[in-house]
Amino acid sequence: MLLFLLALGLLVGGALGALVAQRSARWATALGVGGAVTGCVAGLIPASRILLGEPSQSLRMTWQVPYGAFFVQIDALSAFFLLPMFGLSALAAVYGAEYMVAHRGERSPAASWFFFDLLVASMAMVVVARNAVLFLVAWEMMALASFFLVTYEDDEESVRQAGWTYLVATHLGTAWLLVLFILLGRGTGSLDFDRFGAASGGGLLFILAVVGFGTKAGFMPFHVWLPEAHPAAPSHVSAVMSGVMIKTGIYGLLRTLTFLGPLPWWAGWLLVAVGVTSGVFGVLLALAQSDLKRLLAYSSVENIGIIALGLGLGLVGMHVGSPALAVLGFGGGLLHVVNHAVFKGLLFLGAGAVLHSARTRTIEELGGLLGRMPWTGIAFLTGAVAVAGLPPLNGFASEFLIYLGAFEGATSLGNAGAVPALVVIAGLAMIGGLAAACFTKAFGVAFLGEPRSEHAAHAREVGPAMRLPMQLLAAACVVIGVASPALVGALAPVLTEVTGLPSASVQAQVMQTAGSLGSVTGCALGLLALVVVVLSLRGRLLGGRPVGEVVTWDCGYLQPSPRMQYTASSFAQPLTDLFGLLLGTRQRLSRPEGFFPEAASLSTETPDICRERVYRPIFSGLGRGLFAFRWLQHGRVQLYILYIALTLLALLLWKLGEA
Amino acid sequence: MSVPSLLPAALALGLAPLLVGVITRTKAVIAGRVGQPLLQPYRDLRKLMRKGAVYSRTTTWVFRAGPVVGLAATVLASALVPYGGSFALVSFPGDLFVFAYLLALTRFFTVIAALDTGSSFEGMGASREVTFSALAEPALLLGLAAVARTTGSLSLSPILSKVTVEVWAQAAPALALVAAAFLVVFLVENGRIPVDDPATHLELTMIHEVMILDHGGPDLAFILYAAAVKLWLLGTLLIGVVLPVHSDNRWLDSAAATVAMLALGVLTGLIESSMARLRLVRVPNLLVGAGVLSVLALLLVLR
Repeated sequence: MLLFLLALGLLVGGALGALVAQRSARWATALGVGGAVTGCVAGLIPASRILLGEPSQSLRMTWQVPYGAFFVQIDALSAFFLLPMFGLSALAAVYGAEYMVAHRGERSPAASWFFFDLLVASMAMVVVARNAVLFLVAWEMMALASFFLVTYEDDEESVRQAGWTYLVATHLGTAWLLVLFILLGRGTGSLDFDRFGAASGGGLLFILAVVGFGTKAGFMPFHVWLPEAHPAAPSHVSAVMSGVMIKTGIYGLLRTLTFLGPLPWWAGWLLVAVGVTSGVFGVLLALAQSDLKRLLAYSSVENIGIIALGLGLGLVGMHVGSPALAVLGFGGGLLHVVNHAVFKGLLFLGAGAVLHSARTRTIEELGGLLGRMPWTGIAFLTGAVAVAGLPPLNGFASEFLIYLGAFEGATSLGNAGAVPALVVIAGLAMIGGLAAACFTKAFGVAFLGEPRSEHAAHAREVGPAMRLPMQLLAAACVVIGVASPALVGALAPVLTEVTGLPSASVQAQVMQTAGSLGSVTGCALGLLALVVVVLSLRGRLLGGRPVGEVVTWDCGYLQPSPRMQYTASSFAQPLTDLFGLLLGTRQRLSRPEGFFPEAASLSTETPDICRERVYRPIFSGLGRGLFAFRWLQHGRVQLYILYIALTLLALLLWKLGEA
Repeated sequence: MSVPSLLPAALALGLAPLLVGVITRTKAVIAGRVGQPLLQPYRDLRKLMRKGAVYSRTTTWVFRAGPVVGLAATVLASALVPYGGSFALVSFPGDLFVFAYLLALTRFFTVIAALDTGSSFEGMGASREVTFSALAEPALLLGLAAVARTTGSLSLSPILSKVTVEVWAQAAPALALVAAAFLVVFLVENGRIPVDDPATHLELTMIHEVMILDHGGPDLAFILYAAAVKLWLLGTLLIGVVLPVHSDNRWLDSAAATVAMLALGVLTGLIESSMARLRLVRVPNLLVGAGVLSVLALLLVLR
């Protein structure tokens, strides 16, 4: 516990240090990054100790706030979320040290490092807080710190817009959480987590949690802030937000499950439905994007969908009384939390490196970067294979667990378990194929072929401080992919906590799961060995034979130009056309006309369907309705204070009347 | 690791080009030609292996890695598929997902190798390939889930070896629907008519062939061989569903399955000779149809 508090202290100290040293960009960066890295390393130690089997630790101090207490505890579930949080944040901070030099423009980096360190500290606080007031304070700090990070480049209109969307969305989500915690604490009159009893009306509380935490996690249709905020933020912040911050939503949901006791039958079905919707829509929208970071943000919605599929399957398993289903579902979902943090962090850092060198995020203007940025390219490819869920990397391991759970349910259970399980299989299969399409597009068009613009042609490899974090994350994709059985073994205490099943039965099930994953690992190693064998065979066959170089085959046309290449939108067109009804892609086309046509153009844009069709009408209606009350807001502070005084007076009178 | 347990993989790796030869020969005979010898695909492979290579200046190591990863993943996949009631070399719960995703890995690398050339033809083929395979995957996995539910196993080998005459008697409609879905997946995934024509010569209309336009020499040999093995393996799944007769003799079963595989080759040749290619925009309908067949099969087995 002491080490954890030290970690928090280092993070907050780094934040304050950066603020104090704001006149010198170098000092502010050094203190900010130093605080983040040392704090994260210090925090990793207690988290990994507890995951390795040490008993959970807690600390309780009184706090003046009504119903509040400084009550923190690191148990297996918290530690499991702390691990990727600290790991990715430390790497992102190192990366940011180099990245921010080029991207801060005239601004001082001090503010950015202040909020970055604060964001990491508040995320850590969220997963250890055991009192609702403390939790909500940390939750709000996390939201505000990330809001200021998102709006760092606030001289751009689009960035300010993105910031507002994020701020409104996150507060609407928090409103549901307030109600949730008040209802949970109503029975015992305490807001400490350990005194929340199994309250009645579990179904209602579950819905409150799904909406409230789902807004942070990015469940469809509450995801609208995500594709706006993530591309707007500096890239290392996008990596932290997408990789670990949105996972606090998943953590909150899991923590709430431990308070609720048995849930109605539809709870699992609801999460499966949310998962399929988020997964399929997320990946389709990702496929339709031409902004690299926006594509990655939508892919985060997709991966949150996969996690929701796992959790939903786990809940179905709990309801029908199948420990196998529960362990595989929750286990797969949890493993995907870590895996997504690793590969999405990697991909956002890669996208940042591309933006850094080629000065653009538009995939259509990139191309041929692999030759110019070999290290970034190979790291991005690793991330792309992992996010597409392909063996032998880590993305496959977690999807495999969810598949296996669903398959178990589909073959052995009655219809109540088999139907959602089959929906999971169909959804995952659909998502898998589309994700492969999406990431062959992202990697293939951005990194392969010929550069499509001057910027791309002059791109250079980034420096070592940006390269190293990407290389470490890429290595983690491979290591987790191969070592997944051991990782699942470490999940046993976490799963016991979440499912509430007897420890022995969870342990037995986890062992069996690790066994199947061991076979997958065997296959992965076999694959690597076979690649080596085929590679040496190829070398032997080509040795001493003529190997020539020519231009790409283009039917004998003699003037190849980069503009002849297939573009990202033409690559995705068959699929976006096929799902056109769901996507609502807008097209502007000017056809070639006359016998000697001069100019023709086609541009497509896929706006977010929920934003366009659901939120925009609601919010513009609200805006019109509330316009009537504009006279209340006039900018005179003394009158505002009067409002407050009147409200307090009214409350006092009400309270006296009750007494 | 006994000799019989190596049999399914060995047959797949050894006989796959023969299956291609059977299809080509059937088409030739129906067209009134003598056609090439049955063993011609082996000769083609040997010829390609002996050649040097020519690479486009645009390409990087990704282009060279594509065929290598593709062949490695396909060879590994052959170790997971049972044959005529004999268990595969490797069998564990959920191995069918590893099988499906190994094929997906092959596809991923073929597609990025195609994009590496910067050619619009290859981009076009790559785009079509990812589109159609994204629709074929649910049909395949849901079909396997339906068969798994009737036989109550979690691994490919027991699933397919437990499809017996009794199971067919119980769940004939469902299994027939799955077989129809698998036939569509078999034709689509291997780039056969009515989806893609392996014998076409116009770049604009091709799918699989156009993606590998720039490959030559040993690389092309790897790609062609991996494609043949994939044809064999997906055929094995189909045969596993429609051939419910199992004796006690493993060798007899394997021989029967081989006869069935060759019959499947003739059937594919017949389909290719008697049908025109679908327009590309119609292909998704066919694939969604296959998916619906799998779902219907599931509804029948769930009840």
